[in-house]
Amino acid sequence: MKKTRTMLAALAVGLLTSTAALAGDVRIMWYSDGVEGEVLKDLLDRFMKENPGINVILDNVSYSVVKEQLPVQLEAGNGPDIARVTNLKAQAQHWLDLRPLVADAAYWDENFGGQADWMRPDGSNQISGFMTQITIAGGFANKTLFDQAGVAIPGKDATWDDWAKAAKQVAENQQVPFPMALDRSGHRLSGPNLAYGGNYIGADGKPAPLDDGSKNFLKTFVGWVADGTMSKDVWVSAAGSTYRAAADDFINGQLVYYYSGSWQVPNFSTKIGTNFDWVATGSPCGPSNCTGMTGGAGLVAVKYTKNPKDVAKVMDYLASEPIVKEFSERTLFLPAHKGVLAKGLDFKTDDAQAKAALNAFVEASKTLSDEARKLPGWLWSDAVYGALVTRVSQAAAGEMTVDEAFARIDSDIATKVKDSGN
Amino acid sequence: MSRVAEFIFRRRGRDGWHWTDVFTWVWLIGGLFIMFGPAVWLVGSSFKSPAALAEFPPSIMPYVTQKATVEGYDKPLDLYEVTMADGSRKVLAEVRRIGIVSQMVSPDKPTEIVKVKIAERTPVRTMSFATSNYSEPFTHFDFVRYLWNSVFVTVTATLITLIVNSMAAFALSKYEFRGRTFAMLLILATLMVPLSVIMVPLYSIVSALGLFNNLWGVILPTVATPTGVFILRQYMLTIPDELIDAARMDKASEWQIYWRIILPLTAPALAVLAIFSVVWRWNDFLWPLIVLSRKELYTLQVGLSIYSGELNVQWHFILAMTVVTMIPVVLVFIFLQRFITTGIAGTGLK
Amino acid sequence: MKADVPREGGGFSLGEVVMVPVRLALSAIDAPLRWVQRRLGIGGMATFFLLPNMLIFGIFVLLPFFINFAYSMTGGTALFLPDRSFVGGDQYARLFDCVNYTDPNSCAEDTFWTAVGNTAWFVVLQVTLMILFSLVTALILNRELMARSFWRAVFFFPVLLSPVVVGLIWKWILQRQGLLNFGLYGLGFDPYTWLNDRNWSFAATVGVSIWAHMGFYTLILLAGLQAIPKDLYEAAEMDGTRPARAFWRITLPLLMPNLLVVIVLVLIRAVQIFDEVYVLTGGGPGTSTLYITQYIYETGFATQLRNPGLAAAASILMGAVLVVLTLVQLGLGRKGEKKGARK
Repeated sequence: MKKTRTMLAALAVGLLTSTAALAGDVRIMWYSDGVEGEVLKDLLDRFMKENPGINVILDNVSYSVVKEQLPVQLEAGNGPDIARVTNLKAQAQHWLDLRPLVADAAYWDENFGGQADWMRPDGSNQISGFMTQITIAGGFANKTLFDQAGVAIPGKDATWDDWAKAAKQVAENQQVPFPMALDRSGHRLSGPNLAYGGNYIGADGKPAPLDDGSKNFLKTFVGWVADGTMSKDVWVSAAGSTYRAAADDFINGQLVYYYSGSWQVPNFSTKIGTNFDWVATGSPCGPSNCTGMTGGAGLVAVKYTKNPKDVAKVMDYLASEPIVKEFSERTLFLPAHKGVLAKGLDFKTDDAQAKAALNAFVEASKTLSDEARKLPGWLWSDAVYGALVTRVSQAAAGEMTVDEAFARIDSDIATKVKDSGN
Repeated sequence: MSRVAEFIFRRRGRDGWHWTDVFTWVWLIGGLFIMFGPAVWLVGSSFKSPAALAEFPPSIMPYVTQKATVEGYDKPLDLYEVTMADGSRKVLAEVRRIGIVSQMVSPDKPTEIVKVKIAERTPVRTMSFATSNYSEPFTHFDFVRYLWNSVFVTVTATLITLIVNSMAAFALSKYEFRGRTFAMLLILATLMVPLSVIMVPLYSIVSALGLFNNLWGVILPTVATPTGVFILRQYMLTIPDELIDAARMDKASEWQIYWRIILPLTAPALAVLAIFSVVWRWNDFLWPLIVLSRKELYTLQVGLSIYSGELNVQWHFILAMTVVTMIPVVLVFIFLQRFITTGIAGTGLK
Repeated sequence: MKADVPREGGGFSLGEVVMVPVRLALSAIDAPLRWVQRRLGIGGMATFFLLPNMLIFGIFVLLPFFINFAYSMTGGTALFLPDRSFVGGDQYARLFDCVNYTDPNSCAEDTFWTAVGNTAWFVVLQVTLMILFSLVTALILNRELMARSFWRAVFFFPVLLSPVVVGLIWKWILQRQGLLNFGLYGLGFDPYTWLNDRNWSFAATVGVSIWAHMGFYTLILLAGLQAIPKDLYEAAEMDGTRPARAFWRITLPLLMPNLLVVIVLVLIRAVQIFDEVYVLTGGGPGTSTLYITQYIYETGFATQLRNPGLAAAASILMGAVLVVLTLVQLGLGRKGEKKGARK
């Protein structure tokens, strides 16, 4: 009796630990900003019904896993078969070329060609995947707070200074702790940097030293953190280049003006509900232009997959026009698909604020500067963003002066470029 | 013992309180609040609705806004106490809010819309435990699966730890051989190498051995604990060598000596190690997070952290699930408290 | 000699289930082991007993440690050693590249030195306070108390919590809308964001790590206190020795072995502080709670364009410091062991 029990236990242990990938298994590593994980699961269930031979497993993880753990997995030749990633270009050497595998490469080129370069090694014509959403960085204002304070919401051409002034007035009047907040992210800092005339890309395609445009905004920004115009909390809540969002403060009505991006719309729509009114404002203007940043999350196939054919089938399905349309409409994401965009979308929400916000972002995409459009496909964007966040947050915490931070940013980036051996 | 205590902190006279008595109780009561308070607050907060969590000052007990079903409206409406123009106070239900003006109806006169400035209304609240904080995550949070993985990792790792460490401790305490000091130093040296420091090379080894995305990749790197060897060796040193010599006379094999004499006599120290191993492995977080990237392999801690993914900070769920992951450890503690405290006392740890 | 049968009475206890396979395995391998013993001799069996532990050590601790050493001599971002280029002592040189060694800001790797400084300061403060608090608590728990096991449990309880939970609990208390501010608000103070303040944030990491681990060391010290023969005190009492003097002449010397163990463990753990702090402050504000382990983790693992070589070099330096610290302790400890051993 005892022996049987032992053997059963041993058998259970053996079964539990056999993790060899079965043929037909396709694993997707996915992170969610809103409801897209559930929508995707729904779509995949349908796919599996139609393709009984392929078993798609969805691993929902947090964004930090994609940002911190996935790169090392890829470096070791591990990782999922498909992943949803934002730093696409820097890891392009790990993506699988789907060109020979997909049913119709011309369809991919036509509809997703605009962003294909964001996710492939420089100089190739690889199809690595497609953008699940295009994001535009931009601001959100708590309209209710503005109304209650009797302050007019700054108009379309309002500058960063106008917004700072207005937000501060509202916060003082309404006893709200934070007038403005900007995510702890280099990507988010870059919008206003470019609007102030900054440009990161040097003549040789490598990072240029910080120019006056970027410096001007960063100086203003650190000043705002110091005088309380900008929320200090988000920026000092970590060291290094860790990502932190201020969305919670906005949702809780503690924040007047929040600079984040279009991906927050579904999040706000579900979590704010009717608690207060909010509007998306696009990006405030700087001395040079009114650009925000573009970017987004791409769904890419990973080179180390054991089932490239099945992976391609899944990708073909998810990139097909009706699926992209349905996905975007249900998640309230701006799609990258040209055909879908041309035919227009009918976002599935009865929240008029969310619809208005999405339109505002579509509008804002028209004011993107050329530099902003180039950055997602630039190899060194992440190096620059990382250095910006690390050092600006030190300056914001009062650890170093802005000028020291500028010097450090330049040297950090130069070191990264040197380290990577390019 | 009491006389010792009396001696160390002798009371001045039988009646009055010596300052040490006062100090003792201040320390104990203070300790009670500082040690338990945070956990109690956590458990209390985990029953609050998101709105109640966001408010300041926070309430001690969980409250929610009371709702009422009003004729002519599908959904239940929030109730507010409103100061009317004539200064009277009335309970009204909110239909919708536009800007700073709220459109409200009186539950007994559902047709008549009253416009109220939102500053002039306060929600009517009742105490309510948001048990949905617990029930809802269970649909996304595969608790049973994570629990099973955690249990498997914890139990297996603890068993291996006990066997492997006690064998090594036996060798290091009861045999004279060349390199004994060196081996002991080597083991102690690893005390000084935290996992987070050798993470990158360890990752490459685990991945080369094919243990990536495998629970054994979590278990094996942790089982040869230097602390365990250290505790057991120190304890075994106190076992008289004569026992072993006598057994050898009786033709017992070395293996029998180990598992029939040494192990039973080391039981208190083994119990302590077992308990620590369970707690350590149960709470391991960073390494499992790195090795396990498939949801069916997550342990509870990894599941919890993934669940509290940074972009979706939903404190009400995170707090509830934190409480859930705490429960097994607290249970172990309650049942094994005797072992933990007497065990450590027994091992003496000299 | 059936002493290994679990003593808990009755059927299907957890302990028994756990022990069944173990006991079967243990007796099943006796016969082959006798053969091994004949080949190796009694002394050789030591090797056999050491082997499994050392094997696992070797593969999962020592080997990575040596690979780490090799890493520290290489550059680039590749993960596997063969793909990396040899750079000699460059990584070390980079860590030590400073204009002025008293000012972290003058160094090429300023973050590293900030982390070193923070860690040193943290260790001094945390170790002192930890020893002090756990000693006081142990002395108090050693008194004649009502419900002593309850009080023991109170102080031990946080040891059981995972670092993530510890971090979350305290973050929840120290945040702008947390319990602490609520208490202060009740007393008429304005809410304060503690974790935004360099000094408070640092103090919080010290306090929280003491909170989380104090119980463990308290129990070790308590065990030592209870092992002190009471007749010593009785004798001292008869000689008319004052309590304070008895503490210094009897309690402290006899507690020394336990105290040394505690000091070594506290010190080593303090230098390695990471998890709770990572959850609580993330190293911020700025870099004021960035400790060395987090620096190593982020440099080698978590950032984009990782530099495993630099992380490895930093970890080797940290290891070296720990070895020196521990050897000093061990030297003291051996003295104590010799004194207390044969009695």
